Amino acid sequence: MSEVAFVSLEEYTSYFAERREEGYTFLADLTAVDYLEAGHPGLPAEVRPERFEVVVNIRRFDQPSLLRVRTQVPAESPWVPSLVDLYPGAEAMEREVYDLLGIGFEGHPDLTRILLPEDWEGHPLRKDYGLGRVPVQFKEVRRHR
Amino acid sequence: MTASVFTVARPQDEEPGALLSRDTSEGLQELVSRSATAAAELDRETGAALRIPESESEVETFTDDGRMIINMGPQHPSTHGVLRIMLEIEGETVLRSKPVIGYLHTGMEKTAENLTYLQGATNVTRMDYLSPLNNELVFALAVEALLGIEIPERATWIRMLLSELNRISSHVMWLATNGMDLGSSSMMIFGFREREMVISFFEKASGLRMNHNYIRPGGVAADLPDGWEDDVMAIADTIEARIKDYNELLTGQPIFHERVFGVGIIRPEEAIALSATGPILRSTGVPWDLRREMPYLFYDKVDFDVVVGTVGDTYDRYSVRIHEILQSIRIVRQVLERMPSGPYRALDPKVTPPPRARVDESMEALIHHFKLFTEGIRVPPGETYQAIESPRGELGCYMVSDGSAKPYRMHIRGPSFVNLQSLPVMLHGGLLADGVAIISSVDPVMGEVDR
Amino acid sequence: MPLEDLSYNFLTGNIEKLVQWARQASLWPATFGLACCAIEMMSSGAADFDLARFGMEVFRASPRQADLMIVAGRVSQKMAPVLRQVYDQMMEPKWVISMGVCASTGGMFNNYAIVQGVDQIVPVDVYAPGCPPGPETLMHAILTLHEQIRTGEILRRRREPDKGYRQIGQPAVSRMVGGVE
Repeated sequence: MSEVAFVSLEEYTSYFAERREEGYTFLADLTAVDYLEAGHPGLPAEVRPERFEVVVNIRRFDQPSLLRVRTQVPAESPWVPSLVDLYPGAEAMEREVYDLLGIGFEGHPDLTRILLPEDWEGHPLRKDYGLGRVPVQFKEVRRHR
Repeated sequence: MTASVFTVARPQDEEPGALLSRDTSEGLQELVSRSATAAAELDRETGAALRIPESESEVETFTDDGRMIINMGPQHPSTHGVLRIMLEIEGETVLRSKPVIGYLHTGMEKTAENLTYLQGATNVTRMDYLSPLNNELVFALAVEALLGIEIPERATWIRMLLSELNRISSHVMWLATNGMDLGSSSMMIFGFREREMVISFFEKASGLRMNHNYIRPGGVAADLPDGWEDDVMAIADTIEARIKDYNELLTGQPIFHERVFGVGIIRPEEAIALSATGPILRSTGVPWDLRREMPYLFYDKVDFDVVVGTVGDTYDRYSVRIHEILQSIRIVRQVLERMPSGPYRALDPKVTPPPRARVDESMEALIHHFKLFTEGIRVPPGETYQAIESPRGELGCYMVSDGSAKPYRMHIRGPSFVNLQSLPVMLHGGLLADGVAIISSVDPVMGEVDR
Repeated sequence: MPLEDLSYNFLTGNIEKLVQWARQASLWPATFGLACCAIEMMSSGAADFDLARFGMEVFRASPRQADLMIVAGRVSQKMAPVLRQVYDQMMEPKWVISMGVCASTGGMFNNYAIVQGVDQIVPVDVYAPGCPPGPETLMHAILTLHEQIRTGEILRRRREPDKGYRQIGQPAVSRMVGGVE
């Protein structure tokens, strides 16, 4: 019921336009992964791995099924065509990916930060961004007997 | 076993699909059925969303053409937490709007990358704090899909039971806050009273009122407590009987009708285009419920109806939720009958810790126990997307493993986060005062929106 | 007027005690629900736990009408300036309860997004532990605060007026410590 497809950045928009015509009318999820420190799981040999990967899950309602589309995005120019024209529901999801991973979407009507303050620096879900942990000081507690 | 579609009835004076007419002080008002309006006529997908920077409306601003941009929230009694909405209004009419979120951004997806698979459930359970067990369920399903293990039948039935009870408590809680937003304080008191019943059962089973960490990868944390059948039966009977009270209090009340009929209408095409799920999508008449369409757990073995509405207004969303409570009770009763005996978690020593007594006797059990709680479960490399039907819609979990004991990437598709996009469409053209009823009917949980 | 002329019963007391008693019995909380703890805060106000017993079941939406802020939930970096603004809008004398570990210390979310303790932003009087604290714990915190009000000075001034204060718009302390590695 669940399939995975690998699509190159050049075919990205046309691929989704075709799938939409086919009946995949519902965008379930759009997210991205930063593969800085690990290998891409399940990547076929003919696809060249890049640092970022945009993962889109689309559904069709007439024959319930899920299609996962994985697209490699190079780190030098992390830009992907926006899916807002095909799936208006992608708007918030693409903004989230832009905010947390710093991948831009060409043609997005309002590409601004969505979760973090507008003046935030950096993209926290990238692997080279620290957790931002504050060191906790533990103090010895005086025992009461 | 099959799941059929159940369409909620509308009161007699409102013929579904026909012309809705209303006599007002300005003469007879006609509301044309939504399907009669061409999609291109309004082009509301782009016409309803306001796209200006967040900082632009720190104060109320007037534009040249007499329109005003005002701010609602993030500290507002009826925005369900810390939702902020920028509204462009003309007089009392809302034109465009923009939900501004992020005021509860917790960085949970980043935190998840630093927690082991056993600890991860404590993190996700704090996302949607009204249905914590559903969050744990989707996380556990994703981990199990990567591990490729089967969990015992009893564990699956327990998961289903708790997931449905959680749906009941979440919808009851929604009724309470919705009642409060619409000015019915009694409903709020009643809703919390019913929720307290379910919560105390959860406390019995898991030890906590909220954020249970009960459903874990490999099964559930503990077996159900003795006498759970009586507790669950009491919950089912009581809430079923009290739904009648709510019907008397709200469903048939003319004041309630005035607040919800024809308010915040969304069409099925718009809902699908904007990726809305859950009661919002079903209220428009689209019978899409992951429990029926792509069953997980044992939902293909029980009988229940998918509840759909007709018009897609606030009343339909209310009505769908009321009937979903009844359907959940129906599922709970079937689970009661069919609960098998057996282990409540997978017997794979690499995934689930051994029983406490075995740790004292067996060296091997001690080693497994030590390894599990120091290193955690090692999950083979892979990636998966698992989705379940939470009370608010499709709750998905995308997980990538690199073979270590911590997820490489964990992404949650929060239904409230996506559903909020349909808010501008519902608010568009309505009155500002109806905004409160519409926001409430979307049922956003900000913890899940911002994560 | 000589006391013998009084025809009714009367009590004498000093004004300090009277004010303390009155303040203690009429706290008006502001709704500041943020996350999970807000649900437990609402449960405390509802039928089963009934905050009305302590004369504080009416949660005011406007900070101008409230004198107790219950910070219920995790405070994000984006919410921190808003929280401080709401606190500044409240009338003196005012008190703050930090409800739950997330508000008190950041809890399990020691990361870039969460302010590690609301006492970096506003001065806190009582911390309620728990994740989330049950209604009983919140009530205990409230009764502890009542006791503090009953025995404290009425012309109380914050000993360190700058404590917990940071300029609106400035980053929180935790963000300066953490951030990009």
